[in-house]
Amino acid sequence: MKNEMKMEFDAISANEAFARVAVAAFVSELDPTLEEVSDIKTAVSEAVTNAIIHGYDGIEGGKVNIRCLIEQDVLHVEVMDKGNGIEDIEKAMEPLFTTKPELNRSGMGFPFMEAFMDDLEVLSVAGEGTTVIMKKKIGCIPWIEDEE
Amino acid sequence: MMENFKVIDNYLMVRMPEEIDHHKSSYISENADKFIVQEKVDHVVFDFEDTKFMDSSGIGIILGRYKKISCFGGKVFAINADNRIRHLLMISGLHKIVEIME
Repeated sequence: MKNEMKMEFDAISANEAFARVAVAAFVSELDPTLEEVSDIKTAVSEAVTNAIIHGYDGIEGGKVNIRCLIEQDVLHVEVMDKGNGIEDIEKAMEPLFTTKPELNRSGMGFPFMEAFMDDLEVLSVAGEGTTVIMKKKIGCIPWIEDEE
Repeated sequence: MMENFKVIDNYLMVRMPEEIDHHKSSYISENADKFIVQEKVDHVVFDFEDTKFMDSSGIGIILGRYKKISCFGGKVFAINADNRIRHLLMISGLHKIVEIME
């Protein structure tokens, strides 16, 4: 099975909810569990929020692109912006590291994407933009049981 | 929306919305800060009863308020947090500074 979806929307915070719900709706054909849906929504929300806040500095006028691909039981999600790009990707991915503490950012965006998806790749060129590529296999039992 | 903030004794009670993301977070942070300064509350209680979605913006809200009140000996509490929210607090290490109550 193969299925692809692309969308483009304005980089404004009102679209964050729309983006995560749209991706969650697209993946519904794989019959994900509620937990898997929450995982995907959180990860997409983080990536889109990063594009808006960091990619475009919260300034309106930019666009965020999302491309989703379902291949067998794996969801691929790409979140792209043509904004600032990231100078030091390794540093940006460190837990609790943030360049915008004044905006109450927690520095947990990338760690949450890593925690809730199976694979995370960040491609970025300073001044040109950032693409976040995430993958998640749907319908497999997590190999680490929840501690609770 | 203001009914989501209530002061009881020296506690600020914040009823968190159904969805906590960046779009909603500045409203919550700014208003909570107003109450902290104007009403001189010591502690902040975040009530997650209605919350069905949260991303790292929620962590930022809690962390920011903790930084504001902890230097005066204030505490931050989380109530009615479901397993999902508890998990998010755990992986961000916030369970060490936030008291999670039943």
